[in-house]
Amino acid sequence: MRKLNIPFSDEDIRALKVGDPVAISGVMLTGRDAAHKWMVETFVRGTRAPQGDDLQVYEAIRPLLKGGAIYHCGPVVAGLDTGDYRFVAAGPTTSTREEPYQGDVMRHFNVKGVVGKGGMGPPTLAACSEVPGVYLHAIGGAASLIAQSVQRVLAVYKLEFGVPEAMWVIEVKDFPAVVTMDSHGGSLHAEIAARSKSALEALL
Amino acid sequence: MQDLTEQILELVRLAATDLPADVEAGLRRAVEDEQPGSAARNALETILKNVEMARQESTPICQDTGTPIFYVYYPLGWSTRKLKEQIRQAVARATALSYLRPNSVNALTGKNTGNNLGDEHFPSIHFEEVEGDTLAVELMLKGGGCENVGAQYSLPNSDLGAGRDLAGVRRVVLDAVYKAQGKGCAPGILGVAIGGDRGSSYYGSKEALYRQLDDTNPDPELAALEGTLTAEANQLGIGPMGFGGQTTLLGTKIQGLHRLPASYFVSVSYMCWAFRRRRMAVRAGQVSYA
Repeated sequence: MRKLNIPFSDEDIRALKVGDPVAISGVMLTGRDAAHKWMVETFVRGTRAPQGDDLQVYEAIRPLLKGGAIYHCGPVVAGLDTGDYRFVAAGPTTSTREEPYQGDVMRHFNVKGVVGKGGMGPPTLAACSEVPGVYLHAIGGAASLIAQSVQRVLAVYKLEFGVPEAMWVIEVKDFPAVVTMDSHGGSLHAEIAARSKSALEALL
Repeated sequence: MQDLTEQILELVRLAATDLPADVEAGLRRAVEDEQPGSAARNALETILKNVEMARQESTPICQDTGTPIFYVYYPLGWSTRKLKEQIRQAVARATALSYLRPNSVNALTGKNTGNNLGDEHFPSIHFEEVEGDTLAVELMLKGGGCENVGAQYSLPNSDLGAGRDLAGVRRVVLDAVYKAQGKGCAPGILGVAIGGDRGSSYYGSKEALYRQLDDTNPDPELAALEGTLTAEANQLGIGPMGFGGQTTLLGTKIQGLHRLPASYFVSVSYMCWAFRRRRMAVRAGQVSYA
């Protein structure tokens, strides 16, 4: 088990290979469908003009994402009525839905760690080589267990997206994950897809 | 009529936090099949640790508490209108208590209602009047990740060489498992419906999932196909979380639905390993859970 601290350095990232189990500590940001669409349309491609608190949120998340990690997660959060937030359940969501956005988000914000489940495709893998970055696979469904590694909720942005889609700033300690896509072009997901395709063809 | 709001709230809590015994037993068997130290085995061990923790702490097994799907079987004398109100109230309370994540968003604006109450279809509630004196409420919480990898095929399908027979069904179901890879949180459980129209077929595939994992299909042909599909899917080597490994499916449940001569649909509902389904029975005022 390799311990990793956020922000990641390029050396940290380049040293990681597919299959490495890691324990991540530091401050990360959750972001899924609404957040990725918002980031890309408003700031990366500029097809939508910033409105409301967009620019303030942008300034707040930029330093967090620089060399940092984005976590594909829509948590169950307690304390919504008091603002004294606590993560009750916080496993990863399926990452593939962010495929149209992820590479752009990584390059724009210099995101080095993408945390999720199910893996991602060639565009994200290309961004992992360039930035450099890695895809860190958390265990899908292990939500109560993963929530234990969330020490504190530091802030929340875009709560109007709804609890699952908001961007939660969390401090994690020894967050467990496995590297399944690395910065050297390696992807466990591509490998398993190819192998299972041959197995399927043999069965059919 | 008895007010069941409290009892339904307990049903929701159980479903969200306490994995049924048959599913947990399947996961425990699966661990033994994986190589010590492998990513697949580590994933299953983490999953089991999480199952125990969720039960102990009464917290959701998975943060995606999904669509609450209720099937209510009621004897004569119960008001479905009142039962529906009580179910909706219980769901909203379960959300406030953090047993459920607020999961119901407007289709067009994406605005979250905050309490899991959407339009007529959220939560999803089905009623059926039954003989006898027992009211039964079945609840499944089905997450979005696994729901997204469900599939429907119209046979014949020449790309897959699938004709209108069980051999064709086998081909398309294996294709669905291959396409799902680890994205539906493998090891999964398949609910399959053969026949129906497009709508009833998908419902049928979900209904099949209410069966116990270790039961035997009363139709010997379907029972055989269920065994074959589970065994062959496990030969694909997708494994837990798609990390590679021996267990891609924990089980397969199939049912046939009468169809039009012109239509031959095969619908596959993929259920993640966090197979959250619970049953509540009410008889003579006494409530029991399974």
